[in-house]
Amino acid sequence: MKVSYKWIKELTGIKVDVKDFVRDITMSGSKVENLYCPGDEITGVVTGKILLIEKHPNADKLVVCRVDVGQPDPVQICTAATNLYEGAYIPVALAGATLANGLKIKKGIFRGVESNGMLCSLGELTLTKNDFPDVDENGIMIIDECELGLDIRPILGLDDTCVEFEITPNRPDCLTVSGLARETAATYGKRLNLPEPKVRGSGDNIENYVDVSIQDKKGCVRYIAKVIKNIKIEPSPAWLRERLRMCGVRPINNFVDITNYVMLEYHPMHAFDLSCLDGDKIVVRRANGEKITALDGSEHTLDDQILMICDAQKPVAVAGIMGGEHSGVKSDTQTVVFESACFDGPMVRAASRKLGMRTESSMRFEKGLYSEICYTAIMRACELVEELGAGEVVDGIIDIKNDTRKPPEIEFDPGWINKVLGTDISVLQMEQILENLEMKIENGVIIPPGFRKDLEGRHDIAEEIARIYGYDNIPSTTLKGAASAGFTKRQIFRRTVNQTALSAGLNEVATYSFISPKSYDKILMPQDDICRKSVVIRNPLGEDTSVMRTTLLPSMLEVISKNYNNRNLQGGFYEIGTEYFPAGNEEISENNLPEEIARLAIGIYGDDADFYELKGITELILDAVGIKNAVYKSSYSPSFHPHKYAKIFIGGNSGEQIGFLGEIHPFVPENYDIGTKCLFAKLFLDKMFEFYLPERTFVPLPKYPSVTRDITFICDEREEGAKFAGAIERAVGNILESVAFLYSYRGEQIPDGKKSMSYSVTMRSESGTLTDEEADKAIKRAVKSLSAMGAERR
Amino acid sequence: MNAMIEDLKITKQTALDQIAQCPDLKELEKIRVQYLGKKGRLTAVLRQMGKLESEERKVLGQQGNLVREAIETALAESLQRLKLHETEQKLNGEWLDVTLPGKKPKAGKKHPISLVLDDIIEIFMGMGFSVADGREIETVRYNFDALNAPSDHPSRDEQDTFYINDDVLLRTQTSTVQVRVMEKNRPPLRIISPGRVYRADDVDATHSPLFHQLEGLVVDKGIAFADLKGTLEIFARRLYGENTGVRFRPHYFPFTEPSAEMDIVCFSCDGNGCRVCKQEGYIELLGAGMVHPNVLKFCGIDPDEYTGFAFGMGLDRAALKRYNINDMRLLFENDSRFLTQFS
Repeated sequence: MKVSYKWIKELTGIKVDVKDFVRDITMSGSKVENLYCPGDEITGVVTGKILLIEKHPNADKLVVCRVDVGQPDPVQICTAATNLYEGAYIPVALAGATLANGLKIKKGIFRGVESNGMLCSLGELTLTKNDFPDVDENGIMIIDECELGLDIRPILGLDDTCVEFEITPNRPDCLTVSGLARETAATYGKRLNLPEPKVRGSGDNIENYVDVSIQDKKGCVRYIAKVIKNIKIEPSPAWLRERLRMCGVRPINNFVDITNYVMLEYHPMHAFDLSCLDGDKIVVRRANGEKITALDGSEHTLDDQILMICDAQKPVAVAGIMGGEHSGVKSDTQTVVFESACFDGPMVRAASRKLGMRTESSMRFEKGLYSEICYTAIMRACELVEELGAGEVVDGIIDIKNDTRKPPEIEFDPGWINKVLGTDISVLQMEQILENLEMKIENGVIIPPGFRKDLEGRHDIAEEIARIYGYDNIPSTTLKGAASAGFTKRQIFRRTVNQTALSAGLNEVATYSFISPKSYDKILMPQDDICRKSVVIRNPLGEDTSVMRTTLLPSMLEVISKNYNNRNLQGGFYEIGTEYFPAGNEEISENNLPEEIARLAIGIYGDDADFYELKGITELILDAVGIKNAVYKSSYSPSFHPHKYAKIFIGGNSGEQIGFLGEIHPFVPENYDIGTKCLFAKLFLDKMFEFYLPERTFVPLPKYPSVTRDITFICDEREEGAKFAGAIERAVGNILESVAFLYSYRGEQIPDGKKSMSYSVTMRSESGTLTDEEADKAIKRAVKSLSAMGAERR
Repeated sequence: MNAMIEDLKITKQTALDQIAQCPDLKELEKIRVQYLGKKGRLTAVLRQMGKLESEERKVLGQQGNLVREAIETALAESLQRLKLHETEQKLNGEWLDVTLPGKKPKAGKKHPISLVLDDIIEIFMGMGFSVADGREIETVRYNFDALNAPSDHPSRDEQDTFYINDDVLLRTQTSTVQVRVMEKNRPPLRIISPGRVYRADDVDATHSPLFHQLEGLVVDKGIAFADLKGTLEIFARRLYGENTGVRFRPHYFPFTEPSAEMDIVCFSCDGNGCRVCKQEGYIELLGAGMVHPNVLKFCGIDPDEYTGFAFGMGLDRAALKRYNINDMRLLFENDSRFLTQFS
């Protein structure tokens, strides 16, 4: 909402510097977003009068003017303008002046003739022909006769400031200058007093001209009409044009300007050409598929959800949004019908959306206006008509009211208000504040004014008092009493996982929760996979963000792709992200919301990235949360390399899966434009949490030394080491401390299809120093056991 | 006997000479063995003592010990000298280029949003707040109805909110957690809840259809607007520095009344007005207010008995501000050159 500060000052009588005003009004609840003072950039431009015009001696297209600028000596200025005459009053930018476009005026020599300034056009002073309809916009601006040498800004209305407010949706009353003036007055401890509009009238009777009926009482709670006859369409006077301009509205002609002025001041209005209303009738009703061409030339078909203003035959306006082209006020209009009505906000909003028409009027109506103001508004318009001499106001008024709303009665409870604010404001001060906001207080009951539909209960009253009293003046206190706070076990678990992922060198990423359904194809997910059933967004921004992911893999691949293509050729990332699963086969509903499961995704990529690197990271994380006995089972997944993929289980062979890891199938990175190896692991945090062991018990350090023996054996190339390690463990028995994999080797001295594997076996007894004989015996048992499995010692 | 004493003297002298001229530790050890070893010269001289009378043996023994001590002392001194010398020699050969880069252990970096969030959680935990989780796919009831949003509120439009169907949507605010927490738990309550929220905004430098918010809620007997101010002032000063200027100005949210926005003095211009704060001198940090009685009632809490305050802030914007990041898209692009800049 843009407002002329001069206008606010005029209505309230305040005399505060605009900077202070901006601070104070922001702190009382009407936030100022922007300030614009067109005259700020213009300095050194004064009123002048042309005394003499001579031809330039060396240039055909230039003239040399002698200009009186109120100083003892006239100023000599060269110009190419052709609309000048001796005796003309003009704006003169003296040497040293600055113009709106930042242009600095300097003394100069024009083909040998000195020029000590510049004569200004409209554009150079930020103005347009709309602001000054009589001025030639291609020539120098000719102004009215005035004193010479004066600052041009007040004379052209360039000394005003446009204040732009952010108005919250609960305060449509502040979408008017009068509303903001009321707020201003209350902010400075005053009550706004606006004079009632006075209309002289010219006899005659409105009943001789037009008839109004409302068929949709819900859509239109009040409709007032006044008739103006013998009208004269012409430009508005300068003061009115200035006001409109400073409020961001383009001046057009006196009637359009009056309706806009009243809209800015009180309430949106409309003006019809009576001769275009068939049957001299106005009917407010729902549409039934009729067509209308709006004032802006756009054509619309109106359905029965849209409220229209019609004549006896056809629609002439879309209620609260825009008038029709046909019935608008034109240069030959003789009689005008003014409309000041109150339309249903949600209906206007729905229609405005549907038709794609958002106007100054609709954006006010859609927030919910109040009907009391309609009368003031239409009378103000008539007052302006008379003031401008734009026509004769016909006596009589048509006023149809269906508004049944009664303002609420709110208990005035100063004790509760002080308690909830933490203040000690006197009852007297509270009453003063409320009265300045035009509330009535009677017998301990507050009745808010009609324009404050947002006030319903004592908490609303508390805010009114608090904001005018000043949030700054309310004390700051700290919360009393201790509270038990701390991370839950699950939160500590998650933080441990996070911390460990970071210490493994992975960078944390944040990715979108929604993906493209095509992602499932890109990761080679089978057509019948249950994970293809995603939660679908009904109104997505686009296909790429249209379904909630059931797997974190595509998100991770996008990250890797982005990085790879930004020439980050290797790296590792993790994200604790959510996967979303429709719950069961039934429709998603309030009682059947999708499951949201947080999981850890790890992605590593690069030519050197390999399975064991990823497995090491996974093991580090499982170790950190006390999960020691995870089992990795070679498995199959279409997204992964057929031999480099494992599911992770806990709790033995029949245990639960807590995740998986593997190298991505080479076709998948190709689908993501990644030219290197990608590996991905996912850990099911909720399952892991069930096995989480946050507390560890101290294990005493061993008393006796350990003995270590290495075992190297040959086995089939595709046999899994875990099998042999397990056999060694069992064979060594209770003196076993650990079996550690050393290396695996294929090549010279090893037959084709075979591999050599080495393990280091550490043994220790708790009851005494282990002898070489005991250790050797145990190793012999292990070798025998391996041999029985077809693995011969080397 | 005299011959033997003479022999001792000579042994001592040659040993000391040899020790003095010894060039390195290896040679020194040889000298030690040559004189003091089992088959050494001194040992050999003393072994002859057996042939002597006891008186003479005693004298010779004393002499022998003196010679041994002298040799041992000389050996020890020499050992120290040579060790020093040899170590110096060795270290001199080990010149190192200290300007070459070190071997950094590989360590990952937290996402900037997590960094900001962790700091915020720490601050609120210090004031007795716990952390609550909330779901992202929510009902219209929890996202709008329970939060007192008018049934025709524009934020409900499909243009602003992602819907799954007429009753289910992607939450547009973490305030939903307020309701879920109050339904399940009785006051006193002090919680914060971070999470993802969704709005149908196209992606640009300052908008994202998905972003992160942090919600806070306090409900108890006698909670006042003054507590809201005090608590959030402490928060702002802990997060942005003790001297951070703070102001609260009236605002509107359907689910709080009175409502406020908290601004901090622009860190870029110190309140004088600049491009960062759009000439306002302040930067908006969060929205807050006293929990609306309708919201308390919806959750089965008596607004005559309890009052509370709630607040909400955008974490993405907080991260952008904190690190002076000029484009929100960077947060979701996850380029490692970006991610590794923050800690």
